[in-house]
Amino acid sequence: MVEQRCWPKMDLLRSESMQLVQLIIPLESAHRAISYLGDLGLFQFKDLNAEKSPFQRTYAAQIKRCAEMARKLRFFKEHMTKTGMLPSTRSAITNDIDLDNLEVKLGELEAELIEINSNNEKLEHSYNELVEYKLVLQKAGELFYSAQRSAAVQQRELQVDNHGEGSIDSPLLLEQEMITDPSKQIKLGFVSGLVSREKSMVFERILFRATRGNVFLKQSVVENSVVDPVSGEKVEKNVFVVFYSGERAKNKILKICEAFGANRYPFAEDLSKQYQMMTEVSARLIELKTTIDVGLAHQSNLLQTIGFQFEQWNLLVKKEKYIYHTLNMLSIDVTKKCLVAEGWCPAFATDQIQNALRRATIDSSSQIGAIFQVLQTKESPPTYFCTNKFTSAFQEIVDAYGIAKYQEANPSVYTIITFPFLFAVMFGDWGHGICLLLVTLYLIIREKKLSSKKLGDIMEMTFSGRYVIMMMAIFSIYTGLIYNEFFSVPFELFGPSAYACRDQSCRDASTAGLIKVRDTYPFGVDPKWHGTRSELPFLNSLKMKMSILLGVAQMNLGIMMSYFNAKFFGDKLNIWYQFVPQMIFLNSLFGYLSLLIIVKWCTGSQADLYHVMIYMFLSPTDDLGDNQLFLGQKFLQLLLLLSALVAVPWMLFPKPFLLKKQHEERHQGQSYALVDRTDDPLEIEPHYDSHKHEEFEFSEVFVHQLIHTIEFVLGAVSNTASYLRLWALSLAHSELSSVFYDKVLLLAWGFNNTIILIIGIIVFVCATVGVLLVMETLSAFLHALRLHWVEFQNKFYEGDGYKFHPFSFALLGNEDE
Amino acid sequence: MYGFEALTFNIHGGYLEAIVRGHRSGLLTAADYNNLCQCETLDDIKMHLTATEYGPYLQNEPSPLHTTTIVEKCTLKLVDEYKHMLCQATEPLSTFLEYCTYGHMIDNVVLIVTGTLHERDVQELLEKCHPLGMFDSIATLAVAQNMRELYRLVLVDTPLAPYFSECITSEDLDDMNIEIMRNTLYKAYLEDFYRFCQKLGGATAEIMSDLLAFEADRRAVNITINSIGTELTRDDRRKLYSNFGLLYPYGHEELAVCEDLDQVRGVMEKYPPYQSIFSRLSYGESQLLDKAFYEEEVKRLCLSFEQQFHYAVFFAYMRLREQEIRNLMWISECVAQNQKSRVHDSVVFIF
Repeated sequence: MVEQRCWPKMDLLRSESMQLVQLIIPLESAHRAISYLGDLGLFQFKDLNAEKSPFQRTYAAQIKRCAEMARKLRFFKEHMTKTGMLPSTRSAITNDIDLDNLEVKLGELEAELIEINSNNEKLEHSYNELVEYKLVLQKAGELFYSAQRSAAVQQRELQVDNHGEGSIDSPLLLEQEMITDPSKQIKLGFVSGLVSREKSMVFERILFRATRGNVFLKQSVVENSVVDPVSGEKVEKNVFVVFYSGERAKNKILKICEAFGANRYPFAEDLSKQYQMMTEVSARLIELKTTIDVGLAHQSNLLQTIGFQFEQWNLLVKKEKYIYHTLNMLSIDVTKKCLVAEGWCPAFATDQIQNALRRATIDSSSQIGAIFQVLQTKESPPTYFCTNKFTSAFQEIVDAYGIAKYQEANPSVYTIITFPFLFAVMFGDWGHGICLLLVTLYLIIREKKLSSKKLGDIMEMTFSGRYVIMMMAIFSIYTGLIYNEFFSVPFELFGPSAYACRDQSCRDASTAGLIKVRDTYPFGVDPKWHGTRSELPFLNSLKMKMSILLGVAQMNLGIMMSYFNAKFFGDKLNIWYQFVPQMIFLNSLFGYLSLLIIVKWCTGSQADLYHVMIYMFLSPTDDLGDNQLFLGQKFLQLLLLLSALVAVPWMLFPKPFLLKKQHEERHQGQSYALVDRTDDPLEIEPHYDSHKHEEFEFSEVFVHQLIHTIEFVLGAVSNTASYLRLWALSLAHSELSSVFYDKVLLLAWGFNNTIILIIGIIVFVCATVGVLLVMETLSAFLHALRLHWVEFQNKFYEGDGYKFHPFSFALLGNEDE
Repeated sequence: MYGFEALTFNIHGGYLEAIVRGHRSGLLTAADYNNLCQCETLDDIKMHLTATEYGPYLQNEPSPLHTTTIVEKCTLKLVDEYKHMLCQATEPLSTFLEYCTYGHMIDNVVLIVTGTLHERDVQELLEKCHPLGMFDSIATLAVAQNMRELYRLVLVDTPLAPYFSECITSEDLDDMNIEIMRNTLYKAYLEDFYRFCQKLGGATAEIMSDLLAFEADRRAVNITINSIGTELTRDDRRKLYSNFGLLYPYGHEELAVCEDLDQVRGVMEKYPPYQSIFSRLSYGESQLLDKAFYEEEVKRLCLSFEQQFHYAVFFAYMRLREQEIRNLMWISECVAQNQKSRVHDSVVFIF
């Protein structure tokens, strides 16, 4: 969507030229104008009411209304999820409903839903109560029944005992009571009900304490959890029956029951009454059940109708809220007839914005059109790059370090190629590259489907970086072909190897004795190197030198970019006192090293480059001896060394002094100018501001320059060394993959056993995917990232701009939830 | 005094300290209060609060709001945070956090007992209780008829039990006795908390002893002022003062014999930290005293965040949050009752 709005030019190097624009919009067309601008999405509004608190702004009431509607929508959504219904994704955009109607409608629906809910709740409450009552009837009935039976048995026994022995034995208190005075038994009152299981112990204890043990509590566990009628939650409960005597005890027990949320239910001792209650309760339960079902069906009907349009309403409310938030950023004119907006827009969008404003004027049949007016400003504009779905991921990589200064050279132009390339240098294996490529191709082919779906965190990241990964995969196939690695198996793809055995004695390829029989292998590393004893020294030397060449090239590119920046911003000082000495310094040391490497490769010389470089500093006048690569090398070295030494003070001293001079010149000019303007009081203030802004502190500038110089000089060494990570990681990658191949796959193969082979293959695949394809990719990615952020970008990139955040409805859908 | 807390504190306490400091940075600032004070309706307040950390708690409230709803939801946030911290805490921090809530427990016990004395509905009283001071059998308090029963029935199971041993009298519960009970309990609680913090040692002990001493002194002053003109004897009054703090022991002797507010002021002005509080009050004025004390407390609580590796930040954070909720309650009440001129009377800015 973004790329359609841009002009066809693909100018990624400089950010779009922006302009500060003032819009004066008549009040009646303001809402529509803002909404059209939101559809366009190319205007960033400035908050002109920053000092006002949110509710003092003009449209606070409307925002409150929107928030209220959003709350209602959330309320619906909550109920929909509770009933397991999902709002239909296909939003019916049939009828265009406006905000006021929607508000009324939402209010009605909410009231209806609340009423249904409260009815349902009432019904559920009584239903749950009845369920509990039924449980009490059952359990307490059992308790009474068993108690009576055992009591009867005991009584009979006791009576027999009484007959036999007379009342010499003193039976237990309760039993004694029952025997001696049966009339008292009737006076024992009881309370029955349910109490939640976790509270039952405390309940019992408190009852005991409160009545000093003069109660008899019997509890029975209810197997299934019961829905508590008060809270509506599922709770595990016990049925209890408490027997007590006396009115005071009863009061206490009732209070305690209340305190514990224990629901009490009346219970008749009479068996026939129990049966009668039981049937009554069961009948009512069935009755209620049907009523509740009807109520639920009604509710789900209502929710379904809401669900059809939920997404549409939600979007509409969000949009409205967004519009009013934006309207609140506009300052209202003194005449209260129009709103004044200020903001940034890209220069190319002028026509589109004016068009949108015109349409808004016509559509709202306003008498006066909106005024579009470009303002002059010293403020630094936001940075806006027109990216497409391919370049945006690379731009993200750069933005993660820092947003480019306005119209500063954008490193992401080069990052598109150099990033995947440096990655591939570390990840050179065309087998692994093909695996990566297949995965990303899958992502790219299913792009349309996946982009609308909600992906996981990691998956989201992979998906958004799919084009980066694709480039990385393609490049790693390329470097893999150069390294001649395919899961660490060498292939003779480009013709036969150049080396062969001299005679029969060297069957074992790892021993020496190979001679060159043909022309050099045409592309990449000769497959014969693989597995020989000299494989590592050969590859190390190759990769190490290659890393230095790549590094020096990229750093030179970085310094060149600083030249383009300086030229673009017309900064001569930076060209002569920063770019030139930097170029000289870097190239006289490491450029020279690169030259030596290339000469050595071309001539096949045996010279020791370490020795050359080290003694270039330690004793530059000494004879080079064996290490001489070309004529006049000694002289050239002396020259380079001297120019490097000169370049350091060149970088350090002139710039701060020249800046000081410039400042003084400008300052002098200003003091003359001030005299002319004294009669115009309005002009003084902005003038004063600019003066303050340019306050010049020489020591600060000098220290700053000192830091820069030291950073560059030390950085030239350490950054070059840092590029050696290319070699280190590619070495680690090839060694790891050869370990998995040799020690897992070939070992398993050697057993000649199918099961072991299968296990071996499984282990090999897991290790390849887990370690090489996932972890190694990550680490190589991070190292490539570092090389770009630190070694490349610190040569030129300021990265202190701020991003262009247009007011756009397209971004609205992606926001949270 | 200082151990090597920095070496080992973070093993157990680091995560929670980070959390509590994060919560603290969510406290409302003076700018927020300025905005809140300009609100015209409760909806404005809600709108403003939804932009702060209270957002998730308030945004789903239907629009005709009440002050109680706002306060309830704000308290709920504090309670949620507290419970989260308590879940994550290990000893001795968990005990420390529990100590922080005993004060609310005492208040709740007193609330329920007084409520039942005046025959109020228990459920209604329970709703008024501070959720941090809830315990299992709190509702059962309504059953008790006198102090002894109160202790034997309910409080014996709660952490308050040891504090109660001092004030078990078989006297019936009446307003006076309950108030005495509250203060006795509070005294025992503060002393116990103080001892506990001393046992912890290090920066925790140092800072908490300062905060608790201030609390004790404030209570002493309040007890004195409230008991002027009642039948409480000097000795009884003396017994209610906590046995530590800046005023202990000589200030207590003097406070115990005070007969009017100006005498209290005379006593307090001898102590430099309190001098500034009292010197701001005009003679005979006691309404502003509360606010002055609150301001001083908030200042001290904020200062406790300046040091690291101690537990006082948890105490301080909870106190500050409670102060904030009090502020919000006051502001909402003022807005709801159209008394906007009085909004600034009782609001204590935290930052």
